[in-house]
Amino acid sequence: METTEKMICITCPKGCTLEVTHDGQTVLKVEGSGCKRGKDYVERELKDPRRMVASTVRVRGGTHPLLPVYTSAPFPKPRIQELLAELRKIEIKAPVKMGEVVLADALGEGIDILASRDMPRMTG
Amino acid sequence: MALKDKYDVVIIGSGPGGLAAAISAKKYGAEDVLIIERDVELGGILLQCIHNGFGVEIFKEDLPGPSYAQRFINEAMLLKVEALLDTMVLDITPQRRIFASSKINGFVDIQARAIVLAMGCRERTRAQVRLPGTRPAGVYTAGTAQRWVNVEGYMPGKRFVILGSGDIGMIMARRLTFEGAKVERVLEVMPYLTGLTRNYVQCLLDYDIPLQLQHTVKRILGHQRVEAIEAVRVNEKWEPIPGTEEIIPCDTLLLSVGLIPENELSKKAGVQLDALTGGPVVDNNFETSVPGIFAAGNVVHVYDLVDWVTEAGLAAGKSAARFALAERRREIRHIPLLAGHNVRYVVPHELDKQTLMEEEVRLQFRVKQPVEEPVWVEVHSENNLITRKSERYVRPGEMVTIVLTPRHYEEVERATSLTVSIVER
Repeated sequence: METTEKMICITCPKGCTLEVTHDGQTVLKVEGSGCKRGKDYVERELKDPRRMVASTVRVRGGTHPLLPVYTSAPFPKPRIQELLAELRKIEIKAPVKMGEVVLADALGEGIDILASRDMPRMTG
Repeated sequence: MALKDKYDVVIIGSGPGGLAAAISAKKYGAEDVLIIERDVELGGILLQCIHNGFGVEIFKEDLPGPSYAQRFINEAMLLKVEALLDTMVLDITPQRRIFASSKINGFVDIQARAIVLAMGCRERTRAQVRLPGTRPAGVYTAGTAQRWVNVEGYMPGKRFVILGSGDIGMIMARRLTFEGAKVERVLEVMPYLTGLTRNYVQCLLDYDIPLQLQHTVKRILGHQRVEAIEAVRVNEKWEPIPGTEEIIPCDTLLLSVGLIPENELSKKAGVQLDALTGGPVVDNNFETSVPGIFAAGNVVHVYDLVDWVTEAGLAAGKSAARFALAERRREIRHIPLLAGHNVRYVVPHELDKQTLMEEEVRLQFRVKQPVEEPVWVEVHSENNLITRKSERYVRPGEMVTIVLTPRHYEEVERATSLTVSIVER
């Protein structure tokens, strides 16, 4: 069945409001996008919605008790809670370098969890 | 770290604006560049903004805040920018002297050839939006909660109401949900969203967090701890509409009700502020009303994207470097005129050597003690006698004049100071 709905593109900070006509999973028409990424977004959002996920993991011996981490690529939206539960189990040791893989192939999705910053060892 | 007495460019604050200014100042030729930061590490508020969405304009990448900061920190370190951490700047004079206090260095007194103000902004608090009700624990600004949850590892509550649909508020709604809290509501007094639309989608819609526009907090309830808030609908004049009240049980109220540029230091430096932005009035070089003092980033006006803050910082750093280098050239050209033996003072105090290329310069002074016999009035550089003239006597009551002429230029050009003295014959 053909339906038309409004979707907000989250690809960039502009946040264009798109008028999308689709047939379940097939996109028939997209209007109102400021660039071509709008259509790509709609197609992904209908078939396989994904989000960048940022959270923290525990770190021992660092200048802070938490290390910020993020997904190397947008992660399947329905599995975000599962991913967060997984991250809560992790504790790593300082020092850590930015971009270091904290958890490889998270939930078998082929996406790594990376350190968002250096975490030097606590001194003194 | 051994601090110098004088720096080309000193930057106050190490957020995105300050880091960009430091990097750019170095690249445009400033030699001694110092960042003064009150926290124990560089990076500013980006370090607690662990969510993605930074750098889309500048790097064409979607980075978390700490990564965005780290790229600039790494670059600044590579360029040998000096950093004075855990140090609070107390005062800045219009002559660009900086006073600061730090645990490690004690009281710090630094002269800067140019300054970049990059103190950023701070959040409006409960007092500034005048929320009625009791004063229990559990009312925090969204940024404070963000620091606790993302950096220090504390959860400020379990059931939240967020007042204000600014970006930090919406981002915290998602973050708290991630950490197992329940966000009951986001209330916004305006009839529109005050943050970015993409944050409404990926922070509120994605997690079914209800947003109510044209709503505010009428009252906070609870004694030791927040027990509930009373929400109410408002009209266009922000007046509560009777009969629309709703009690929302919660244990924490977060405020995301706007940011104010932080300009206490700017005021001390005599910088003119714009009443509307709350930040310094700047020209296209980001120079403030005080020559040699520049300002960049949220200290000037509150930005929506960090990329623009970086851009402003880069521009301000470049202007500051140019100013500092001109200042250095001026310092080389201008040499002090010192009072030597039996001379109280010399006016002018400084000599612009270039003037001497084309015209004479009259040095005038008074002696300390009368000498009732012929003397030489002499002008010396460090090593040589530049000129002298004879006076039949000198008395403190009578001003003495000696003239430098273009003939002296070559000698004076090599000098770093000139001394005027009375020499008995």
